[in-house]
Amino acid sequence: MKRNPIVREIGDFMLPAILMFALYVQFHGDYSPGGGFQAGVIFAAGIIVYSLIHGLERTQRILPPAVVRAGVSLGLLLYIGVGFACLFLGGDFLDYDALLPHGEGPNNPHGQELGILLVEFGVGLTVAAVMVTIFYAFSGRRDDR
Amino acid sequence: MIVEHLYNYWIVIVLMMTGFYTVISRGNLIKKIIGLNIFQTSVFVLFISMGKIIGGTAPILTHGEGHGEVAYSNPLPAVLILTAIVVGVATTALGLALVVRIRELYGSIEEEEIHEMDEEEAL
Amino acid sequence: MALTALAVVRLRGLLAVIMLSGIYSLISAALLTTLDAVDVAMTEAAVGAGITTVLLLGTMTLTGADEARPSRPRRRLLPLAVVLVTGGFLVYGTLDMPHFGAADAPIHQHVAPRYIEQTASEVGVPNIVTAVLASYRGYDTMGETTVVFTAALGVLLLLGVERPRRRRRDDGDGEDA
Repeated sequence: MKRNPIVREIGDFMLPAILMFALYVQFHGDYSPGGGFQAGVIFAAGIIVYSLIHGLERTQRILPPAVVRAGVSLGLLLYIGVGFACLFLGGDFLDYDALLPHGEGPNNPHGQELGILLVEFGVGLTVAAVMVTIFYAFSGRRDDR
Repeated sequence: MIVEHLYNYWIVIVLMMTGFYTVISRGNLIKKIIGLNIFQTSVFVLFISMGKIIGGTAPILTHGEGHGEVAYSNPLPAVLILTAIVVGVATTALGLALVVRIRELYGSIEEEEIHEMDEEEAL
Repeated sequence: MALTALAVVRLRGLLAVIMLSGIYSLISAALLTTLDAVDVAMTEAAVGAGITTVLLLGTMTLTGADEARPSRPRRRLLPLAVVLVTGGFLVYGTLDMPHFGAADAPIHQHVAPRYIEQTASEVGVPNIVTAVLASYRGYDTMGETTVVFTAALGVLLLLGVERPRRRRRDDGDGEDA
């Protein structure tokens, strides 16, 4: 694939756009369609495009499999950590109202927004890392057909 | 006619049965997994079509006007299906990993040949 | 959509079948957009036409490329009969269901209006689907992230981390590095 100039040029051109779009979808998930899952999958798709064009070795030098595996666990830990933080700060588990100082009224929309942001980021991180890990596992397998 | 009110369910049933037929009548393991995916996607369309309100819009609150004048389509099936899609890709990935291992072990991914090899072993 | 699904059944070349399943996912994503489920459509397009297609192609590279012609004539009648009978029962079951798009269907009555009305004051996030997913039903999303995590674990256990040596048939264990 590296030798095909059209694919290589278009891929290199699109890759930053894909990754930025993944981040946009992640953090704009509150206001438009999007959120953690979509962002994670789009990010992984960008990495896969890069790997198809430039080869698995180079991709694994940039994103070593150990780092990606760490990302898998970190995203889930972030989610559960936010839940426990809510618990320690006085509310129920995953009750985001407790995360920020209270405004007026019984509900705390700002705490909710912070909680949702963190939680969705955890989900996006895990999903992206899982998709990349599965791709590495499949394409790293020696073809002994 | 009743068709114009229920046609969405019948379309989904046709797709579902096509996926089901692929799973039970073809021996190639990859094709079975693809048939399972077709089945899953048709179920997603079923749920989402049940949540649609004619004249409604996407369930994202618009700023400015009060929501009393805008009808939103039901967001709850969408939440359920979002989870289901990701779980579906997880099971597909696991299934395909199993197919790769079966191929390395048996040398084939056709169901009949695998059964024959198992029967020869058993004799 | 039905045409692509039927073509998937009939064709034997696996590359064509995989491409058709990607097209099927894309068409279903467009259909889901017209049904007002925009989050779902985005996820289905990314996952179905992206990740699943890549994984299927990877599997196809590691295994055979085509479906084998059946060696003895398979009895095609039995699966077809099963499918038709099941389809008939399902159609019979849909006769009682609420009409497509009716606003007075039972599922629109109690829980959904409460979420739609309370999201602005309780959560403050305009996207109701994200609000329900991450705040009202946060436990479920935690469980789902765990499922995705477990899938990664499973694939790593099955396909290994290092390049494997070839195993003989009488070794039943998983790979070690």
